[in-house]
Amino acid sequence: MRKILCSIVILAFPFFILILSHLAYSQANLPADEIIRRSQAAFYYPGTDMKAKVLMKLVTKDGKERIRDLTMLRKNLDKEGGEQRYFIYFYKPPDVKDMTFMVWKYPGKDDDRWLFIPAINLVKRIAANDKRSSFVGSDFSYEDVSGRGAEEDNHSILKEEAFNGKDTYVIKSVPKDEGSVDYSYKVSWIDKESFIPLKEEYYDKRGELYKVFTADEVKEIQDFPTATKRTMKNVQSSHRTEVTFEEVGYNNGIGDEIFSERYLRNPPQKWIR
Amino acid sequence: MDTLIKAVGLLFLFLSSSVLALDVSLHGVDISLGGFLQGNYTPRIVDGNDFILAEERFQLKLEASYSGVSIFTKTDVFYDAVGNEVGFDIREAYLDYFSKLWDVRVGRQIITWGVGDLIFINDFFPKDFAAFFEGRPLEYLKKGVDAFKFDLYLNIISMEFILIPFFERDTLPSPPRFIIFDPFSQIKDREIEEPETNLENTQLALRLYRNILGFDASLYIYKGFFLIPAVEPDNLASPTKLILFFPRLAVYGASLQGSVFSGVLSLEGAYYDSLDDRNGDDPAVTNSQTKFLVGFQRELWRDFTAEFQYSGEYMYEYGEYLQTLPPGFPKQDRFRQLMTLRLTQFLRYQTLRLSFFAFFSPSGKDYMLIPEVRYNITDHLWAALGANIFGGKETTFFGQLDKNDNVYIVLRYEF
Repeated sequence: MRKILCSIVILAFPFFILILSHLAYSQANLPADEIIRRSQAAFYYPGTDMKAKVLMKLVTKDGKERIRDLTMLRKNLDKEGGEQRYFIYFYKPPDVKDMTFMVWKYPGKDDDRWLFIPAINLVKRIAANDKRSSFVGSDFSYEDVSGRGAEEDNHSILKEEAFNGKDTYVIKSVPKDEGSVDYSYKVSWIDKESFIPLKEEYYDKRGELYKVFTADEVKEIQDFPTATKRTMKNVQSSHRTEVTFEEVGYNNGIGDEIFSERYLRNPPQKWIR
Repeated sequence: MDTLIKAVGLLFLFLSSSVLALDVSLHGVDISLGGFLQGNYTPRIVDGNDFILAEERFQLKLEASYSGVSIFTKTDVFYDAVGNEVGFDIREAYLDYFSKLWDVRVGRQIITWGVGDLIFINDFFPKDFAAFFEGRPLEYLKKGVDAFKFDLYLNIISMEFILIPFFERDTLPSPPRFIIFDPFSQIKDREIEEPETNLENTQLALRLYRNILGFDASLYIYKGFFLIPAVEPDNLASPTKLILFFPRLAVYGASLQGSVFSGVLSLEGAYYDSLDDRNGDDPAVTNSQTKFLVGFQRELWRDFTAEFQYSGEYMYEYGEYLQTLPPGFPKQDRFRQLMTLRLTQFLRYQTLRLSFFAFFSPSGKDYMLIPEVRYNITDHLWAALGANIFGGKETTFFGQLDKNDNVYIVLRYEF
């Protein structure tokens, strides 16, 4: 009887170890995924909708500036992590004035995008890879503007440290599909309290630092922590893009119908002014 | 002296233009003012070194809106050195009224329909092909029409209905700017007979559209005229005069566009019902046709996009066409095919754009190539350098323009 019990214990032991190690592994892994998920929710999904005036300053190495002045509307169709719609109206520069741009963003699927060109009164669909394409010629990619699925990377906690007086998680995110993006991995400093990424470092395929994102000013707007000033700097070319979010408002009650061909052609004055 | 006055005038406009740019709100009326000053020069690069185009142009755009009403005007003033004229062109001028479920637009407006890139199947609105071939910016390919437009937005479907009382034809490349193949070159006397403005001749266009399974789907119906003239001699045996007229046309079409394989797929088709030549036995009038296109566009690497299109035109009653075609006339194919390729690469934070566009017809063996470099020098100033290269037999669509290969330069200050 004791022999039997003994052999059961001996036989079960490896399974025990396996189960324990699996638990330990997933516990170490789960928080990183969860932190990123919460960070994405805090940064890209606050409120049911958002309206903001966005001023982008594109600055070259030798200090030459270009301006992109636009109004951005966003609406969440589902909960955080779900489908979203974006509407962008351009004020400046003059060669894109009155252009509008619309994105229907789907998790785990290619976005639908439309551009309206007022000079010929044409709405056209555009094919653009959001993982790489530059957003209006800035240092930000489309993905930096509208978010990246948390499940597209493997996340791990590198450490926890204070950054600019805030307690942060430092998370390394390695894309599962290496070929889909221009960087090899990303390190993010995520505020433990607000879950806003305060800094992100992008490393190129050779493992060298090439892009750095910083949230330069975070304000509470309608109880949502909002990065109202952001910078993306390409440290290899010394080109940078400074972004200011003004007149930010959440839960405005922007209707679904705004994100349609009708309003692409005739921008909704009520929302874009 | 004249030139000097013009130069001073343009300089004045240039200096005042940055002051003119405006975005204000006065007593609830939002007013916006903008425009550009542009130089556009196009030397011919074969058969002599004359200019097809050499002009300076000033455009002023004014928009004013108050609650649900808005007015928009876009007016050009230009000096054309080739034609030696100062001209004035109201590109657009319309009034909008926006309601909850419907909108109305009345006045001169530019309308663009269909999903093709420079292939127009369900775009029944006038175009200026001369402008396109002489190296003007793309927006000049489209002409405004004096029309009434009514839009209705319902949950199940949206509708765009257009009524055009005044006939406006396409502008085709013609001498003296263009050297062009003309089967009737010995007949100098030509008469253009445009449809009269009356109720019966009012052109109607309808588009019904909605999203179906992630695709933008549209249906089109048109009743009006061919916008390219049919040509008929007064007397076949010994012609003394040519009559250019615009036969009646009805079109029934559809298009679909959506995301497929990380790119954009475009499908479009239409049946062209040639109302004045259903039997196909009038050699002057184009027979009924079926037209279609398939296009696919995809970003292949960062800021590089490629688009390929294949399109076809199938002529009905081809036997009748061949039988009635006067001897010695260039014969059209029963099935005309056209392919296009567009490559676009953005560089230097999208301030530099390299692009290449090619038309190639496998049936006619004719082609047109448009390489272009465009650089945004500042947020206000851009320059483009490009070329229009034509080739093929002189009786083909692009081949007839073979002697007009050109290089174009555009310099535009926008405010």
